Amino acid sequence: MSHRADFPLLARNPVLHYLDSAATSQKPAVVLDAMREFYETSNANPHRGAYELSVAATDRYDGARSTIARFLGIGDPECLVFTRGTTESINLVASSWGRPNVFPDDEIVVTALEHHANFVPWQQLAIERSAKLRICETTEDGRLDLDCLRSLLTRRTKILAFNHVSNALGTINPVRDIVSMARELSDAVIVCDGAQSAPHFRVRYDDLGVDFYAFSGHKMCGPMGIGGLVGRRSLFDAMVPYQTGGDMIEFVHDDTTTWNVLPNKFEAGTPNAAGAVGLAAAAQYLDGIGMDEVLRHERELVSSADARLREIEGVRIYGPPPAERSGVVSFTLGDVHPHDLATILDGDGVCIRAGNHCAQPLMRRLDVSATARASYYVYNDSSDTDALVEGVLKAREVFGHAAV
Amino acid sequence: MPQSDRSAQISALYQEMILDHYRRPRNKGELEGADASVVMKNPLCGDEIALHVAFDGDTIRELKFSGRGCAISQASASMMTQLLKGKSTDEVASLRGRFREMVMGNTDADSDTAMGSLRSLSGVSRFPARVKCALLAWNALETALSERTGSSR
Repeated sequence: MSHRADFPLLARNPVLHYLDSAATSQKPAVVLDAMREFYETSNANPHRGAYELSVAATDRYDGARSTIARFLGIGDPECLVFTRGTTESINLVASSWGRPNVFPDDEIVVTALEHHANFVPWQQLAIERSAKLRICETTEDGRLDLDCLRSLLTRRTKILAFNHVSNALGTINPVRDIVSMARELSDAVIVCDGAQSAPHFRVRYDDLGVDFYAFSGHKMCGPMGIGGLVGRRSLFDAMVPYQTGGDMIEFVHDDTTTWNVLPNKFEAGTPNAAGAVGLAAAAQYLDGIGMDEVLRHERELVSSADARLREIEGVRIYGPPPAERSGVVSFTLGDVHPHDLATILDGDGVCIRAGNHCAQPLMRRLDVSATARASYYVYNDSSDTDALVEGVLKAREVFGHAAV
Repeated sequence: MPQSDRSAQISALYQEMILDHYRRPRNKGELEGADASVVMKNPLCGDEIALHVAFDGDTIRELKFSGRGCAISQASASMMTQLLKGKSTDEVASLRGRFREMVMGNTDADSDTAMGSLRSLSGVSRFPARVKCALLAWNALETALSERTGSSR
């Protein structure tokens, strides 16, 4: 069942069909309430004051970390570093692990399915370190070509970076297969972009086998500006800090500084404690629904949307079958540009994303400049698909059937 | 805003004239002997336009465009090339200013007959996210003109 009533923005706009959750999700009242409650009852700078209020803020912040760690199957909460989100998490690894460990002629393997956030940091690292960037190609139906990946992984591979779920197509990648292949053929550090998996199904970091897992709060009912990076303690311990400043230090001498322990070592400056509290509330909210139910609900909606859109002449859907996707339907309609399609759908209150989805390397391979993307979440129901299908039919009419 | 108003705005945006220019763009292609060629991209949607201009003194002798994009950007480019052929650079600068005003919502500009078929794009002003699309070719033109000024110095 849909949980629309839990989301104030949607409750306030009964005719709005929000189908852009892969970009950012709406926020349930429990998350907004938790953040307000934090500021009203516990606001002080965590880890700073000896007074009771600061201790309360610290407790809330640390408690949020434990809650989110439980939600993502992270046995050791200290190995969860809060960041602004997936982008910052990946940049942290590229900078603090990548720079000191990648040397000329080393290789970094990424995939053609990546969001720019898990592509550009590696590309730039490769340029900076005179290393080689290798790109794993995709199959026609938008899966990773595992044979290609196999051919790229060698003892020279220093880093393998791939997404758990493609933001552009919704493809769910076989993490365990990829990890076992990478462990067999290389000594690479494995970085998984979890921005699109953490919100949509049960993720157990400890079972994934990857070295780093990055995620964003705002795509999983949490606030913007908070997310995380989970990593192995041994790797974190050996890494240089990403940013320096308050809270991440142990002793500051005139000419040298020693670092604080995990996770503080990677959390310079005043933390986004209210964001962490909001994200913990989001994790509890999703747990209350049950992540298996979230997946089931989305898959039901996506399967139906997929089938109904396919019936429309001129519609082309990208990516694997719905059973192998998360809550995304990426499509085009004849020669109607996705931007025009999005504008026409907007006229009926249907919000979809049109564009390259921050995945230009993938778009080039699909030979399109853009696609339209409808993405589903816990608050959607079949009426959203009704509106989507109606809007696509309308766009067809506006642009004239002949061209489609 | 009531949905019916929004629907009316959508109809006003996608007029037959715009769709016709999208489907059958005028002056599309490469231009031999162009004095200026400018590529302009809209990173938001990945659209790309290349504008090629040939001058005869201070007059635009010929202009063509290539690339791909949405109905708004393509129609704007197509109509722009039709209107500006044979115009002096001063006239072009004035029309460019008028067009910009129109898509930003200035209703005087939208009744200016000198704008010709471009007036059909006045509906864009109701869609702030699409103004960039309408201006893509015009921004390329601005760069082409300034490049020419630069090179003739």
